[in-house]
Amino acid sequence: MAESIPVEENGHHAGDHRDHGHHEMSFSEKYIFPLDHKMIAMQYMFTGMFMALIGGFFAYAFRMQLAFPGIEVPGWGVVSPADYNSLVTNHGTIMIFWVAMPVLIAAFGNYLIPLMIGADDMVFPKINRLSYQVFLLSAIVILSAFFVEGGAFGGAWTAYPPLSTKAEYSLTGLGSTLWITAVFLEFVAFLLGGINFITTCMNSRAPGMKMWDIPMVVWMIVIASILFMLSVGPLLAGGIMMLFDQNLGTAFFDPDKGGDPILWQHLFWFFGHPEVYVVLLPAVGIVADVMTTFSRKKLFGYKTVLYTAIGTGVLSFTVWAHHQFIAGIDPRMANVFTVTTLLISVPIAEMMFVYIATLYGGSITLTTPMLWALAFIFEFLIGGITGIFLGASGNDIYMHDTYFVLAHFHYTFYPIAIIGTYAGFTYWFPKMFGRMMNDTLGKLHFWLTIIPFNGIFLPLFVLGAAGQHRRIYDYQNFPELALPWMQDMRQFATVMLLIMLGAQVLFFYNVITSWMSGEKAPKNPWKANSLEWTADSPPPHGNWPEGLPNCYRGPYEYSHPDREEDYWPQNEPA
Amino acid sequence: MSATPIATTRSTAGMPTARLAVWWIIASEIVIFGGVLGSYIMHRLAHGIWADYAANTNPWIGLFNTFVLLTSSLAAVLAHQAAERGDGQRAANLLYATCGGGLVFLCVKAYEWSYEISHGMTITANTFWSFYYTAAGIHALHVIAGMVLMLFTASWAKKNEHLHRVEIIGIYWHFVDVVWIFLFPLLYIAK
Ligand code: HEM
Ligand SMILES: [Cu+2]
Repeated sequence: MAESIPVEENGHHAGDHRDHGHHEMSFSEKYIFPLDHKMIAMQYMFTGMFMALIGGFFAYAFRMQLAFPGIEVPGWGVVSPADYNSLVTNHGTIMIFWVAMPVLIAAFGNYLIPLMIGADDMVFPKINRLSYQVFLLSAIVILSAFFVEGGAFGGAWTAYPPLSTKAEYSLTGLGSTLWITAVFLEFVAFLLGGINFITTCMNSRAPGMKMWDIPMVVWMIVIASILFMLSVGPLLAGGIMMLFDQNLGTAFFDPDKGGDPILWQHLFWFFGHPEVYVVLLPAVGIVADVMTTFSRKKLFGYKTVLYTAIGTGVLSFTVWAHHQFIAGIDPRMANVFTVTTLLISVPIAEMMFVYIATLYGGSITLTTPMLWALAFIFEFLIGGITGIFLGASGNDIYMHDTYFVLAHFHYTFYPIAIIGTYAGFTYWFPKMFGRMMNDTLGKLHFWLTIIPFNGIFLPLFVLGAAGQHRRIYDYQNFPELALPWMQDMRQFATVMLLIMLGAQVLFFYNVITSWMSGEKAPKNPWKANSLEWTADSPPPHGNWPEGLPNCYRGPYEYSHPDREEDYWPQNEPA
Repeated sequence: MSATPIATTRSTAGMPTARLAVWWIIASEIVIFGGVLGSYIMHRLAHGIWADYAANTNPWIGLFNTFVLLTSSLAAVLAHQAAERGDGQRAANLLYATCGGGLVFLCVKAYEWSYEISHGMTITANTFWSFYYTAAGIHALHVIAGMVLMLFTASWAKKNEHLHRVEIIGIYWHFVDVVWIFLFPLLYIAK
């Protein structure tokens, strides 16, 4: 039996603490303005999923236009050029800032950090709640732009000036202001959340939990939060300058009046590149936990993964200008950034090798979460390898702003944001909701998502290599891009998208039916080691009302030679 | 909510949670100011003519405000000392003095800006003035935010509650001060 510290010994009154669970909370205290980290996690999770539906709908609308130019898209209508611009802009913005960030960092971070380090909550529950509220406000602001005069922002998710600062170019006035305000608010929300993640992990670990006993996913979320904090500042500053350019008539980014549009690009990508690792790392962490559990093996090179993650984080601050190879930067600078970019592939590749080494010789069970974790590695490898193509500046001069880039970053972002999320969500679902998910539906959903995903984006590599430029509304206007085989490929990609979006209905159906009437989940259905599995499913407010756990070892002690069971929970004394 | 979670009182890292948190806030704020000031410096180097524009800022006013802020920081240190001794009333009074410094600073700024604006040196006049008002404006917002938080802290301290927060707000105030120490030479002296 696991030993645990009685709550009193932690300097608190047991009764005091147990109030958590029993004190009668009103509906709004519990669900609308909660302080409990798990409920806030759910709010982030479901807001993120809702935003994913909206972002997915946008993708549907513009892909229909690309495949069948000029048709009336069911649910949207005819996509005008201005519509097209706002659709792609908001698709990208929403998927990164309102889906990947809230789900991977905020939802998983909030849910997992206290449970996995053996704490009863975040250190600042009120700041935590505030963070969600600011985030919700930001989501409302970005969506409200669709209802104002001139419509939503259409200057691309990178918002390069002068397109983004002049209504006559981007065709939106108030929409641009709302967009930048929304992004600004969203960043503030994540700064608030990050404070909690970092300090909680530093200060509230279970007695006995040393640095190297922290599960990988917690580490990764914390490293990602630090990366975010250190990279977002310049863009917040840039955001203020852009707001002033749009509304006060300043000219920070307007070359006519002494400003510099490239300045924005630097500020944007100094954040924008680290940001891709901000969302990458949590997914890498999720995959570590899922994979070790289902291969019953120790994580190969725990410390290696950690050091490479930190190394990637540091390096990610040195590569930003690989997005600006054709922006007129000095070619000697381009060389420097080529080198740093190629360097950063080394730690990333190393992480992938470590994972493959973990799988090697393991007794693998192909549960749904495990399938997602394996798919993550497979698909992300394609993304990473194509990144190396783009990192070589000479090659990128040709590739830049083509569909090759588009396919590259979808092969990185999609595994992270979608596959990683599904891996984590299906893995922790029994803990979150106290029920098991339907595995058959889960696997069906997996295949109906993964196969069409490749169907959408593999053709885009080909189209990109053939010179198809991105952000063009109707390729029929360009004879060399309107060849029949190209149009066929576009239609194929769109049909695949329809299948993939349809498959997500299956996911939501599975979530709802399993939640309502799935098989009851035991505390530790996967026989995993980390501390969250020692709490009830779902954990009550306060997580362990009978007393918080102690920690005796690292989280990946599977198949230890001296033990009969093939797992060794972190809270079990030797 | 009835009980505070235990998480808020543990201290694995051996540093009070609030102090840890304020350092992280400061780290993320440093990069915000770093973004503005870095951009400013790059522009300043590229546009020699900015020296002429900068000649219009009044270094004496800037120096006076530097002095005011430094003095207010001293009051914040003394407030921290008083709080350590458990003298909440004195800590509160010293925090009010710190706020007073912030208020003087803002009044001087208001005077300075209205003078400059009335002489045509507005935020849209050219990029130098855009940076001038943006950088100092963001800083001024931090001064205001610091004052508001400080008034709360003082009202708690007066009742001898949350005395450890006196130190926290003090750390924040020193940071605001240090930012000004960077702004002052960049905007007033580098001509
Ligand atoms: C393995 C290392 C990686 C390398 C070497 C790499 C390299 C590059 C390069 C050079 C570009 C610029 C291409 C251009 O615009 O012409 C690019 C674009 C991009 N990459 Fe990567 N990348 C890597 C990993 C990632 C990861 C992990 C993500 C996402 C999580 C990512 C997301 C993106 C995005 C979003 C863009 C396009 C931005 C835009 O123009 O809208 N990349 N990548
Ligand atoms: Cu990049």
